[in-house]
This record gives sequence, C-alpha cells and structure tokens, in this order.
Amino acid sequence: MSVLVIADHNNSVLNVATLSSITAANQLSDDVDVLVAGKNCQAVADSVSKISGIKSVLICDNDVCEAQLAENIAPLVHQLAEKYSYILSAATTTGKNLMPRVAALLDVAQISDIISIESEDTFKRPFYAGNVIATVQSTDTKTVITVRSTAFSAAISTDTAAPIETIAAPSDSGLSKLVSEELTKSERPELTAADVVISGGRGLGNKENFKIIEDLADSLGAAIGASRAAVDAGFVPNDYQVGQTGKIVAPKLYIAVGISGAIQHLAGMKDSQVIVAINKDADAPIFQATDYGIVGDLFKIVPELIEALNNR
Amino acid sequence: MKILVPIKRVVDYNVRVRPTTDQTAVEISNAKMSMNPFDEIAVEEAIRLKEAGIASEVVVASFGVKQCQETIRTALAMGADRGIHVETDVDLQPLSVAKLLKAIVDNENPRIVILGKQAIDDDANQTGQMLASLLNWGQGTFACGINVESETVVVTREIDGGTQTLSLKLPAVITTDLRLNEPRYAKLPDIMKAKKKPLESFSPEDLNVDISPRLKLLEVSEPPKREAGVIVADVVELLDKLRNEAKVI
Repeated sequence: MSVLVIADHNNSVLNVATLSSITAANQLSDDVDVLVAGKNCQAVADSVSKISGIKSVLICDNDVCEAQLAENIAPLVHQLAEKYSYILSAATTTGKNLMPRVAALLDVAQISDIISIESEDTFKRPFYAGNVIATVQSTDTKTVITVRSTAFSAAISTDTAAPIETIAAPSDSGLSKLVSEELTKSERPELTAADVVISGGRGLGNKENFKIIEDLADSLGAAIGASRAAVDAGFVPNDYQVGQTGKIVAPKLYIAVGISGAIQHLAGMKDSQVIVAINKDADAPIFQATDYGIVGDLFKIVPELIEALNNR
Repeated sequence: MKILVPIKRVVDYNVRVRPTTDQTAVEISNAKMSMNPFDEIAVEEAIRLKEAGIASEVVVASFGVKQCQETIRTALAMGADRGIHVETDVDLQPLSVAKLLKAIVDNENPRIVILGKQAIDDDANQTGQMLASLLNWGQGTFACGINVESETVVVTREIDGGTQTLSLKLPAVITTDLRLNEPRYAKLPDIMKAKKKPLESFSPEDLNVDISPRLKLLEVSEPPKREAGVIVADVVELLDKLRNEAKVI
C-alpha cells in the first residue's frame, strides 16, 4: 500500500496545503512519495524532501510541466499511478482541476475534500455545503482523493532529506496553453493559513468602505476574506471569497463584519476555533454560528476595535 | 457551432438538508428541487453565445429520475433549443455522469461542453474534468470569462491566487464559476413555448454505459454542533473575552 501525493506549488514555493495532504497520506501508509512537476522547481523538491514521513520525491522538471496544465500532468500521474494504491492532492484549485482528470484516466471514482480517514477504504467528507457529513467507502482498486487542508495538521520538516528521483517529461498534449496570470499581491498572511481572518460582507456597502477591514486586519496581523456578496459587488477580488465554493478556512480567530451568514458562507469558516460577528441585524443567521457577537453599526464598532487594539 | 450543456436537478440552495432518521441518506423527499445554480450559469452562457451568433444550437442534457425533465424544461424556457434526458433511478456518481456525457458527445458532436464547476448537493467538483479526460479534450475549469475564437476558446479561470487565462484548442470542456454571468429568469411566454421544444429520452442501456456506483454511502450524519455563543455589549467586553476567555489574541 503506497501513496503518491501531488505537490501544489508555483515552481518556487510549496503551497502549505500540501503539508496537510502528506499528513493524510501518512495516516494511510508509511510508504509515501511526492511528485513535484513543474519547471525550475528544484527548490520545491528540496524542501519537500525534508518533510517528515516521505520516502522519496519524484521531480519532473521541464517546459511541458511549467504551467502545470491538467492536460499534461494527468497523463504523467496516470503513468506513475501503476505502483500506488492512493493518489492524493490538496483540495486547492490546482488539485481540484487535476485530480478528476487523473481519476477518469484510471477509471476510478474520486473522493473529494476528505475531512477524515476512517479505514483504508472509508473516508468522511462534507456535502450539501457541510450541512451533512457523508461516510463513503471506495470499491475501486485505486483511490483518488483530494484533502481538505483545514482537517489535517501540517506535516513537519526534519533534518534528513529523502532521495530525489528525476522523472522524464511527459509529451505536450497540445490541448491547452497558458496565456497569462493575474495574481493578487498582498503582504498579509495567506488566507487559508492565517491565524486570524477578518472577513467583510455586503454590510460594508462599497469598495471604499472595505478599507476599514484592511485597517482591522493590519491591527491583528490578519488575512482578509469576504463573503460572496462582497466579491460579486466588486469590493474585493475573487480569491478573497470564503465559503462552499471559495476558500475553506479554520483560523484561531475569524471575525465576520457585515456578513449575514448564508449557509454557503458558513460552510467555509465554521470550523474556525473562535468566531466573532459584528452585524447591525440581531437576527442575522451569522450569530447562530458565533462565539461572541456584537449587534450594532460596524462603521462605529470597527474603528473602536482598531483604536483599542492599536493602543494596547 | 453546437454547445452541449449538462444540467443537474438538485435540492434548492435555500433548503437546509438533514440526514434521514436512520442516517443512511439525506432527507430530500419533500425538499424543493431546482437546477444546480452553477449549471444555470452554464445555460445562460451558452444562450448568450447563441445570441451573439457564435453558437448555432444549445442542447441541454440531464440524467436521473423522471422529474429531471422539469429541469430540462426550465433550461428550454431560458432559451436552449432541445433537451436530452437519460432516465435512471440509480445513484449517479460523477464518473458515471461523465461516461453518459461522453456517449452523448459522441452522438451529438458539440464543439463546446459547458457545465457547472460543481453541484451544490454532493459538492464533488469532478464531472467536467472527468468528461474532458474521457474525451481527451482541453478543460477550462472555474471560468469567469470566455472568448470563443475560430479554432480556440480563451478561458479566464478563478484560481486560489487570483485569475489565470488559458487558450484551449476546440472542442473543449468549460466549467463555470459564480461570476461568469447572471442567469436570466424565464418569461411566462417562453415557459409556454418550452413545452413544445423537443425532448428526447434514453436509458443508460441505450447508450451502452455502465453506471454502477463505485462509492458506497455508509452513513450520513450531522456535523458537530458549535456551542451557543454570547452577545457582548461593546468592544471592551469583546476584547476582554478574546484575551482572557478564548485566549486567541
């Protein structure tokens, strides 16, 4: 029983979500290899090789893998899959894009977004926006899985490095090519890995008002999130969205400002350790999910909060 | 250019579902059913491509129980041209749906298949990618922008760090994200007209597709409940609680 974990990375840095996938992999087997496919990604392979619980790192470093297009990477994983019982990846947009393509090549089901491993073939995963938890059993000989990062701790690094093996480049499918990327630049912590997340919703009213969320985040060294309503209204970019179809976060402290608390939003943050809500509507559903709530005008409360935090 | 739009009948997004009392399934017997919201976006995009003179025909397909035909009629009322229903009571998992879709693509030869990135019931986010894989077509998942050219389609995708733009060779599979468009509401005269639009029905056997489930659903349970919280009076009390009770700042 061996596991292949597909590393999520940008050719220079490993996405920390992969560390949680490695923890999940180690719950299945001691025999865990990690594939790093990309271009000029040796630094990523080096850092992966020092993660605890890994047997070897497979590096596939070439032009064809540079953009990590699913059309090129899926056949590579398919070819490697023969000797593995499980193929795992983090449930990031990269993993979600790639893994079903691999599963279909293998003619097996995929189990998406697992939150626990019950046995070698049985897993728990949320569905219906996390309103119910399903326990599912695979009947396939191989199992393709994406892992919800917030449900597994991050694997730690060690001093000893696992061996790194070079894999030949796959052929270019010719089906797709990368045109451009527009990545949000931020000095703040990454949303899915931050200890504190401040999220703003429709209650902010407009893009200019969203600045008070930034100010509050600065006071707490926090990442910034948003409800779907705030993203749809153009207050912030799409990658800020927390929820069923956006990012899943579970920080130590989550502060929801001007967010009513639709079930689709709660699905993305309800596993946070402590949840605070600030909303003028005492009946807003968000208060049913919070540890501490303040009912009132966010434009009065948030500046008070910033001032109190900055004066500590 | 023909466009195929697969659509799924799901529990309406406003319904809060619960496990059945024996915890073997989700209680949906009396729940309001609707078209999967991501698929509505897919239908809307296909209709817009037809209105722009890029698409010539929009075909919608839905698989499952008899009532899926109501969902197909909704899409026809929005402006799709005809429907295909594959009727079965079997629990259809994404791989089976992808295989049924491949059979339909083989018959219909669309240039683009556009569908929702995930269904809001099982939240799997698999079918489009699996279909692209089975067809060996390019895939533009989580699309927030689509620009069809003669031999390619340029798709802008919502990814974790921002957005990414890909150029895909046609034919291709596209899955929709929330911000691609805002779907229209069907008008009453269109709902009446939709009843006369063609709707073919097949069985999985007609299409020679094996739809046996690969995953067994052993149990459905409620997630752990959070303890009820408190409403605090002001910022001073909030910070006191966060520092001294929750100890998170």
